[in-house]
Amino acid sequence: MKLLTVSPSPHIKGDESVKKIMYGVVLSLIPALIASTFFFGWQALMITAVSVASCVIFEHLFQRYLLKGESTIQDGSAVITGLLLAFNVPSSLPIWLVILGALIAIGVGKMTFGGLGQNLFNPVLVGRVFLLISFPVQMTSWSANSAVDAFSGATPLGVLKEGLKSGQSVSQLLPNLPTNFDLFYGSMTGSLGEISAVALLIGGLFMLYKKIITWHIPVAVLGSMFILQGILYLVDPELYINPLFHILSGGAMLGAIYMATDMVTSPMSVKGQLIYGAAIGIITICIRNFGAYPEGISFAILIMNAVVPLINNYVKPTRFGGQA
Amino acid sequence: MLKTFKIGGIHPAENKLSANASIQALAIPKTVYIPMAQHIGAPATPLVKKGDMVKVGQMIGKASGFVSANIHSSVSGKVKKIDQILDSSGYKKDVVVVDVDGDEWEETIDRSSDLVKEITMTQDEIKARIAEAGIVGLGGATFPTHIKLSPPPGNTAEVLVINAVECEPYLTADHQIMLEKGEEIMVGVSILMKGIGVSKAIIGIENNKKDAIDHFKKLAKAYEGIEITPLKVQYPQGGEKQLIAATIGKEVPSGALPIAVGAVVNNVATAYAVYEAVQKNKPLFERVVTVTGKSVSKPCNLLVRGGTPIQDLIDEAGGLPEDTGKVISGGPMMGKAVVNLEIPSAKGTSGILIMQDTESAREKMDACIRCSKCVKACPMGIEPYLLMSLAEKSMWEQSENRNVMDCIECGSCSFTCPSNRPLLDYIRLGKGTVGQIIRSRRS
Repeated sequence: MKLLTVSPSPHIKGDESVKKIMYGVVLSLIPALIASTFFFGWQALMITAVSVASCVIFEHLFQRYLLKGESTIQDGSAVITGLLLAFNVPSSLPIWLVILGALIAIGVGKMTFGGLGQNLFNPVLVGRVFLLISFPVQMTSWSANSAVDAFSGATPLGVLKEGLKSGQSVSQLLPNLPTNFDLFYGSMTGSLGEISAVALLIGGLFMLYKKIITWHIPVAVLGSMFILQGILYLVDPELYINPLFHILSGGAMLGAIYMATDMVTSPMSVKGQLIYGAAIGIITICIRNFGAYPEGISFAILIMNAVVPLINNYVKPTRFGGQA
Repeated sequence: MLKTFKIGGIHPAENKLSANASIQALAIPKTVYIPMAQHIGAPATPLVKKGDMVKVGQMIGKASGFVSANIHSSVSGKVKKIDQILDSSGYKKDVVVVDVDGDEWEETIDRSSDLVKEITMTQDEIKARIAEAGIVGLGGATFPTHIKLSPPPGNTAEVLVINAVECEPYLTADHQIMLEKGEEIMVGVSILMKGIGVSKAIIGIENNKKDAIDHFKKLAKAYEGIEITPLKVQYPQGGEKQLIAATIGKEVPSGALPIAVGAVVNNVATAYAVYEAVQKNKPLFERVVTVTGKSVSKPCNLLVRGGTPIQDLIDEAGGLPEDTGKVISGGPMMGKAVVNLEIPSAKGTSGILIMQDTESAREKMDACIRCSKCVKACPMGIEPYLLMSLAEKSMWEQSENRNVMDCIECGSCSFTCPSNRPLLDYIRLGKGTVGQIIRSRRS
């Protein structure tokens, strides 16, 4: 008789796989890619293609020749890094900077820690923040969004920040800002992937449906932003704009749905995820209102990435039949 | 909303291929190998020797020690020898080998199919009879039933919870016995209630067995204090602690027994065995076993005499398929892969699952992507990913602090892991080692 396999239970496995998760995320980014192409034209597609190709190639090279291991590009994680990196830069960014960003994202953000699953910080944000700090001019030169010529030059958050700094009140600035509907639809200036809240929401719902993410982190990020900004708004609506504007503008949606939910760099327990998400929202609102940058979610996420090991250590899941 | 437990859980494909197969008695084999250890605890001591003649239902193994159960012969014939063979645990165990000769039963056993409704025994008589009949939990854990009927001092039972969940994919033995032996089960539940001294019983059934739920709801009207609770289909609903949480909404504290929240849990097939033992004077020596698998030509539910080699069960289901990779005693989530097909069936054998080569191969392990699916799937609220790394690094103190001993080995974590990480394998290693450390600390 032929030999039987003997192995411990369980003897069956669900149909989840790393590849399936990663390509699920890629699929969910398609609406945002379409939106960015629609608003910024072929330039957007070009940047995205270069970013994805660079990330995949760099990952292959690092994996094979630096870590001397098997190439892991087929798992799809480098494709996501490439897509999201492109979504985090302006459409007018010089191509060589896109490639440099990809090198930093994969090389410094991911491979120095040992590759997939090991990195402490979100590789995309490592790449993005590197570019933002090193090349601030190129990273904040916004080319015209075909839908809103009037706002080329500065993002809504930038207009708001500059205006408030020069002593104008929110009600004086509002006519110069896109409406909440414009923000929701995508009629604003900004990075490739962050402009259309509706496209990002569709992608987020798809990921929820596919159980790639759960609601906890995005809701905690956007919810805490909304509540904190809401309080500020109630305190002084002339100094602090309405909370809906904040969650629809800048990188809030992209950050809450795609960057903060990065599995590798977010906490493992549900309670931990809620704490992590809420902290990101609070830090973001603080930077946006009181900091030097008009935007802040990238910094907020990176700061909280550093706190994740602590959260994992101290915030345990709810234990059955007892305390955590 | 259907009731269920609150933390974790998964939903594997059900694959109940034998769902409509009525129970058929398997022919008695020429030789049976009756294990002396068909329960958790100390093996029974053989009462017979080579050359003895035995009858069906005759006690041939005496319980030895507090946690132990009697063993009865499932056939009549001559004791060939007392030997040691591998059982489903993979270890050699004592077996009484009987060469079958006819089918002569002990005269005291009522073999008629008449339903005996009236319960004449007192509480103590019921307990004694259940112990005498060697009844153990038939859900798979095989804990001796009579011990459950006598709560430790300081605890009182308030409710009997009957586990009719059958949440393991593929298995249908309990489902079928509910459809065919419903009245007997109701009487068995009433006997258990009397034996434990409670006035309330809840039968929890997963909602994928609607016919059984309807059938039981109708029957229960005629019985005092028996309630049917349909449950959401969610694995591991049949876990004792999960079932209690789902049915009475109380969580058994970590490290405690169900009695700590006033509950006693028994399997539905156990209730049937109790009926037979108390009303028909029939000890536990046969049970219903599901024989199934995707390539199996006749998935079926068989009434099997204890000690029958599982090869015979497989032959009845159409033989071992060409593409067999693994044979499992029990269900796919918690069952044990067997080493060979000479292994005898026992009281705890709820199913024989034949898996194809392709199904039984383990996939290549990838890096942990920290997706936290294992944490969300864990019904005990522990952290499988972390316990695996702690076990890999032999960090036992941290494993203990992270509640490794709470693991019920349901396998939800390994099932759900997209990186194919053998989480439960490592957690078992952790549990074993931490358990030893705890025991040595106590002594």
